[in-house]
Amino acid sequence: MKIVMAVIKPFKLEEVRDALTSLGVHGLTVTEVKGYGRQKGHTEIYRGAEYAVSFLPKIKIEVAVAADVAPQVVDAVASAARTGQIGDGKIFVSPIERALRIRTGETDRDAL
Amino acid sequence: MISRKLLATAVGGLGVVLLLADPASAQTPTVQAAAPAPNKGDTAWMLVSTALVLMMSVPGLALFYGGLVRTKNMLSVLSQVFAIVCLAGLLWVFFGYSLAFTGGGELNAFVGGLSKTFLRGVTPESTVATFSNGVVIPEYVYICFQMTFAMITPALIVGAFAERMKFSALMLFITLWVTLIYLPIAHMVWYWAGPDAIADAARAVAAATDDAARTVAQAKLDDVTADAGLIYRWGALDFAGGTVVHINAGIAGLVGCLLIGKRVGYGRDLLAPHSLTMTMIGASLLWVGWFGFNAGSNLEANGTTALAMINTFVATMAAALAWLFVEWAAKGKPSLLGMLSGAVSGLVAVTPASGFAGPMGSIVLGLVAGAVCFVFVSSVKNAFHYDDSLDVFGIHCIGGIIGALATGILVNPALGGVGVPDYATKPGELTVAAYAFGPAVWAQAKAVLLTLAWSGIGSAILYKVVDLVVGLRVTVEEEREGLDLADHGERAYSY
Repeated sequence: MKIVMAVIKPFKLEEVRDALTSLGVHGLTVTEVKGYGRQKGHTEIYRGAEYAVSFLPKIKIEVAVAADVAPQVVDAVASAARTGQIGDGKIFVSPIERALRIRTGETDRDAL
Repeated sequence: MISRKLLATAVGGLGVVLLLADPASAQTPTVQAAAPAPNKGDTAWMLVSTALVLMMSVPGLALFYGGLVRTKNMLSVLSQVFAIVCLAGLLWVFFGYSLAFTGGGELNAFVGGLSKTFLRGVTPESTVATFSNGVVIPEYVYICFQMTFAMITPALIVGAFAERMKFSALMLFITLWVTLIYLPIAHMVWYWAGPDAIADAARAVAAATDDAARTVAQAKLDDVTADAGLIYRWGALDFAGGTVVHINAGIAGLVGCLLIGKRVGYGRDLLAPHSLTMTMIGASLLWVGWFGFNAGSNLEANGTTALAMINTFVATMAAALAWLFVEWAAKGKPSLLGMLSGAVSGLVAVTPASGFAGPMGSIVLGLVAGAVCFVFVSSVKNAFHYDDSLDVFGIHCIGGIIGALATGILVNPALGGVGVPDYATKPGELTVAAYAFGPAVWAQAKAVLLTLAWSGIGSAILYKVVDLVVGLRVTVEEEREGLDLADHGERAYSY
């Protein structure tokens, strides 16, 4: 089992979700985050005070999948989230030790 | 018909009896003829104006300031403004009104007396003079109207040291400040004997039959004219409080922010406004309420009131656009905060001039105030590195100074102004005194300088005293946590 964590541009969320659904992945967790990589921020000016705001709003998606489908999931997310402009984001894959569905008690693959 | 005349005479007679019963009230005239009765239209307007000015404080100023601070300090700003309104109001009715608007005997140049503490002697039938001969309004309305000024002036100061001043220190400071700084300045600028007292004394001079009688009558007229605050006697004009409210609060704010020090993280952290939406709501309520502030300062409902209204419109609009365009050119984008700040600076600047200048003069005033305040708030503040969090000095003090000085220029009838009022030359009638640029502007300048000195130095002393007793500033941890939780144990927002 793997957890695929992707930080993407917020407006790409629906496209990524559609791509995951068509792969048979039916659950995901979404968080609103801030961050930057190579993308520059912007300047905000309030009366005399200028603030360089380097943190940009992003969306973090986390989805747990079986190890054999993880590469396909990564490719699907990447092509759905890609715009070609700086700031598209990154995807990380980590191993999962254990999984449990709380309602039924199913574990591991059956919980995904 | 007969019974209505009888009623009018009875009311007039009752008024005379009540007026004469309080010998210390120099505000109301000693009468030859029956005392005038309040007009329902004037009274209704003043009641409404009073409510409008209260609205300027709560929620107008509270939201204007609140939106400009960070989320973690929003509730503290709302609390500070609300608490100051309530505190100042109580001080006002206990002794504030008396010390501001009664004769002060030997100290009358600087402060009033104690004859109306706890509003002794004031009844629903009591009246006070306006700026027109023979026109009065109920004293309770005047007390309430002036009370709202005593409320908003100290509330303005909190912007300068927002996000770091301890609530307990603020309560103590405001109590001392209203008593020792606001009341004397209000008395010095606004206390006078009233047009009817002057008219009666002037009539007595004209009616004097021989030189001896004339000398006595003239001395009496001189006494009545001198029965006024020091700044009033200088001939300084301040229609609605450019000195009393804005310069006063503005310099107190500057001194406060210098003494308390910069916010933690100033110049490094993101200290941006958390809700310009709230700030816009607040600024809009301030503008609407300001019609009560300026036009209501005419104390009656007539053409001058309408003049104050139109000035309060045009100066604001001009200043808002002036700031907007200057900022657009200087910084690259026209900002909402700039526009709102410009509007407020225009409102501040037109405050002392509102009943004296003509509309076109007010537009020029607004353009100047918007542009100059922008420079102070951006370039000057950054050059001197002081953390006047919400620009109380840059907008209220500077705007007030511009307006106060401009009043001396724009009152000139040649520039569309109404002219300097004269109540003595034709007793019973308001005429226009000859205008002289030098003396007029010099009188304004003296008023500005005395206000800056009294409030600047006085506030500094009071800050020091409060710092010794209670400590002005919250701890660094409390400041990082936010005053909402640290001082009030509450959150403005629960997400």
